[in-house]
Amino acid sequence: MTDAFISLRGITKAFGAFKAVDDVNLDIARGEFFSLLGPSGCGKTTLLRMIAGFETPTEGDVVIDGVSMSAVPPHRRPTNMVFQSYAIFPHLDVAQNVAYGLRRDKLDKAEVAGRVGEALAMVKLSGYESRRSNELSGGQRQRVALARALIKRPKVLLLDEPLGALDRKLREEMQLELRTLQRSVGITFVFVTHDQEEALTMSDRVAVMSQGKPIQVASPRDLYERPNSVEVADFIGKMNFLPCRRLNGSGEAGEVEADGLGRVPVVNGAECPDVATLVVAVRPEKLSLHADEPAGALKIRCRMQNTAYLGDRSHYVVSVDGLERALAVSAQNADPEAARQLAGGASLWLSWAPDALIALPAER
Amino acid sequence: MTSATSATLAVDAPRASAWRRLLMRSEALRGYLLLSPTLLVMLGIMVIPMIGMVVLSFWTQLAGNTFDNAFTLKNYADAFTRDMYRILFVRSLGISLLTTFFTVLLAYPVAYYVAFHVKRHKMVWIILMTLPFWTSYLLRVFAWKIILGYNGAINSGLLSLGMISEPLTVLLYNPSAVVITLTHAWAAFAILPIYVSLEKIDRSLLEAATDLGDGPVARFFRVVLPLSLPGIIAASVLIFIPTVGDYVTPSLVGGTEGYMISNAIQFQFARGNNWPLGAALALSSMVIVTVIVMTYVVVVRRLTARIG
Repeated sequence: MTDAFISLRGITKAFGAFKAVDDVNLDIARGEFFSLLGPSGCGKTTLLRMIAGFETPTEGDVVIDGVSMSAVPPHRRPTNMVFQSYAIFPHLDVAQNVAYGLRRDKLDKAEVAGRVGEALAMVKLSGYESRRSNELSGGQRQRVALARALIKRPKVLLLDEPLGALDRKLREEMQLELRTLQRSVGITFVFVTHDQEEALTMSDRVAVMSQGKPIQVASPRDLYERPNSVEVADFIGKMNFLPCRRLNGSGEAGEVEADGLGRVPVVNGAECPDVATLVVAVRPEKLSLHADEPAGALKIRCRMQNTAYLGDRSHYVVSVDGLERALAVSAQNADPEAARQLAGGASLWLSWAPDALIALPAER
Repeated sequence: MTSATSATLAVDAPRASAWRRLLMRSEALRGYLLLSPTLLVMLGIMVIPMIGMVVLSFWTQLAGNTFDNAFTLKNYADAFTRDMYRILFVRSLGISLLTTFFTVLLAYPVAYYVAFHVKRHKMVWIILMTLPFWTSYLLRVFAWKIILGYNGAINSGLLSLGMISEPLTVLLYNPSAVVITLTHAWAAFAILPIYVSLEKIDRSLLEAATDLGDGPVARFFRVVLPLSLPGIIAASVLIFIPTVGDYVTPSLVGGTEGYMISNAIQFQFARGNNWPLGAALALSSMVIVTVIVMTYVVVVRRLTARIG
């Protein structure tokens, strides 16, 4: 990224001997919806809090819009935050909460009221001006927190797992709304979440964090289709892993010798580092099951072990000779009769496309 | 096991548990049962003597320990019209308002420090706050007599430093000595409720205020102070009520200038030998304090509802 708007340069945060964030270098573009994704304790929230200024990096510098933030206290930074707990002031009503940050701007009353009305309309809370936080539902509180942060027109909006406390349906609704809102205001969003689906749905780019470091920074599509490590592949979605050995380290799209599958092409064999032990990774939905032998070269016989019917799709577990672990296969139930036939069949065929298998260094 | 026995059981069971069911259904009844020992004690040592006081305040003292029990309002007329009592009421209220003000003012930073800056061993700090209560109230008052006295710590200190040529007499036996002593004596009563209300404040609210552009000072006045108001109210009420009627401190360090209404009440029940007047003074003082406290609480609540 050449036009880095937020630039994290060698950020480290140590608590005693423990490094919560370990030498992070990240560039975030202007107007980007950027997510920090990882399990709890991976340092994503600490990183966000360092951008906001609530934590001071042990080493490194945060640069926002070309200005180093190292000497800027949190209340003077061009960032605003939506807190995980929303942090709605209980002694103030909704309008006062939303207007809270405007006091410094010395606006007259009418202008404040106008901006508050605008902000509340943006989050669809018009008419709630005089409610108190204990009279609001979780989703409404979240909207108040959002309006309160956006009314300041920050350069960067930081969101710390803002959807975590909402129920599933509301969460999905808010995901779309947040995305739409971000597009319309054009503010750079940095979003922290441990929910991979949430990160994939909303973000332009995602940094998958583990043990204080981003292990892959990519678009949602690339993260899913081309994970760069077993860790990312395992964290994002479901993945089958098969042990395999390298055949040609030469350069072209490689071939590997995988347990149970034999010699198979892998898409990124050349990119794979030259290490002895690799694994082949394949998504359950990229494998297809057939009752009769399909055409094409990439296929193998398998036996049905287990089926789970989920309505729109089914999950199958199949075993292949020479393969220690069973494979997970997922298929849409477009043709219920075919699905029933598959579930009942003992001896089946498994096939896949040439670009379905990914080789990754086996590091875990 | 005949069917007749089981039928009897079926009928008896609900009857036996009628009390239990009543108990389960009535939240209030259970509450009163729990309170009953306390209620009985309160009735015996508070309510009954109080009724006695009210009755007594409408009687007239005769020679010896006999009373004329004809109804009269003279005691109240005396209490509210005689200059001496008016001065004593005003002075008592003034001293205790000042005490309340200074105690809260001095207690707040301590409570703030423990709530926000002490990370470990908070319990130790809280126990330390109650340290003054480990000695008797009387001893604490005497201690101030030693500090403020003619040959006391302050005077001898200033003398040996050569800052004064003879001991100051303005330190002891006046209202300010009463205020100083009471402020120290009641400090823990202010620190604890304020500490509790500060401790309850969600730390993310402070971060939110900072995030929205407030520096430390603005944040204190816009978030911390309003949210700790319940603690301040509790502390003020807790100090104001008992200090208005304090008797020991003014009699030991107050001198004649620091004489308060409770000293006058005590006088009427002892050497003055006018129990009905004493009762009328005591009840008047109680009513005045009640009215002031209620007004205070209502006004503060109104004010905070409007803070923006």
